[in-house]
Amino acid sequence: MIHKGVKDAQEALLGVKDGMTFMLGGFGLCGIPENAISELVRLGISNLTCISNNAGVDDFGLGLLLQKHQIKKMISSYVGENDEFERQMLSGELEVELTPQGTLAEKCRAAQAGFPAIYTPAGYGTEVAEGKETREFNGKMYVLEYAYEADFAFVKAWKGDEAGNLIFKGTARNFNPCMCGAAKITVAEVEELVPAGQLDPNEIHIPGIFVQRIFQGKHYEKRIEQRTVRPRN
Amino acid sequence: MLDKNGIAKRIAKEVKDGYYVNLGIGIPTLVANFVRNDISVEFQSENGVLGMGPFPIDGEEDADLINAGKQTITTLPGASFFDSALSFSMIRGKHVDLTILGAMEVSENGDIANWKIPGKMVKGMGGAMDLVASAENIIVAMMHTNKAGESKLLKRCTLPLTGVGCVKKIVTNLAVLEVIPEGFKLLERAPGVSVEAIQNATEGELLVEGDIPEMDL
Repeated sequence: MIHKGVKDAQEALLGVKDGMTFMLGGFGLCGIPENAISELVRLGISNLTCISNNAGVDDFGLGLLLQKHQIKKMISSYVGENDEFERQMLSGELEVELTPQGTLAEKCRAAQAGFPAIYTPAGYGTEVAEGKETREFNGKMYVLEYAYEADFAFVKAWKGDEAGNLIFKGTARNFNPCMCGAAKITVAEVEELVPAGQLDPNEIHIPGIFVQRIFQGKHYEKRIEQRTVRPRN
Repeated sequence: MLDKNGIAKRIAKEVKDGYYVNLGIGIPTLVANFVRNDISVEFQSENGVLGMGPFPIDGEEDADLINAGKQTITTLPGASFFDSALSFSMIRGKHVDLTILGAMEVSENGDIANWKIPGKMVKGMGGAMDLVASAENIIVAMMHTNKAGESKLLKRCTLPLTGVGCVKKIVTNLAVLEVIPEGFKLLERAPGVSVEAIQNATEGELLVEGDIPEMDL
């Protein structure tokens, strides 16, 4: 067993610096690496490029880094529901690269899987494809999209073991598995960290080979963005 | 004239037994409420779930279980979870049978715009560009005109495009239309709406052949 466990977020984030590019898992506020984000806020590093499907809300998730002007550039597919984000984008303080959601996932996966680039039909004929190489396959047009290059990937899983193996829960899985092993260093935070041998190898979603550091998060708020319910009767 | 639920009710008739269906945010989400319960259908949400069920009972909501609109949901027997890359493999790989989404504008050649109003609103395209670039069966659910009363069925879209030549069918509060090479072919009228009213609300080429039936809801 190769030991990946570290004590806390502070130890897990050793080596993060100004100007780095990070991948952060999560969809909306679901499955975001809450503890890594808190540590990035505490460290106060800036000029960051963040690859994340969304940008959090004003006072939670990546919104916390935006508030403190730590982010220089966001690469996302959907950035609604965040006033501070919109203000920084419209004023030009924040650079934004909007990318189709499936393309964003696949650019992460390509990095994880060792592909330099992929062809996707998404965005062909739109401003997303402007300046990009296009090619026809079997009568349909595709856009060339390059794999991302990132320094750290911060992902959140439900359970993990000291070998770095991960199990996700529900739709909190989302981008997290695609980002594991897609950056130079992958830091996984989990709600429950167990000794190696306690997770059934059949149930592992992401093998520890894709994870360099793993820690148990101190606290998870797991905020719900849109609480929609039926009455109990 | 139909309201949003009426549009959803009409679109629900397009959902067939054995279909995997992706529903966009807004009117499309309502379609699930009107699908016949004697057919088997699974709803996909691109954030990573197949077999989506209704909203949870108050008090049973789970922060780890949401749909693409970030709303809390439940799952039905047979449901599965997966990551974002696999989710879009289902979409790009044409495994999803029907995609229903909203639009700000549709043009008579099937282009769609629904993600950006320059200088005003930029929320992002989310999964819409992937969906429209790949799906073979796309239905647009929208109001026929915008809040200013201007047609949303145009000769050419004026807003930044989400996809080109991809829309096949449109269901609005006034009509059901098919996009064919010559323009918008009028298939059905909403109850009490005249062909003339639809013509007046359609800027793009409207093709009317013979008697146009009223929608059967």
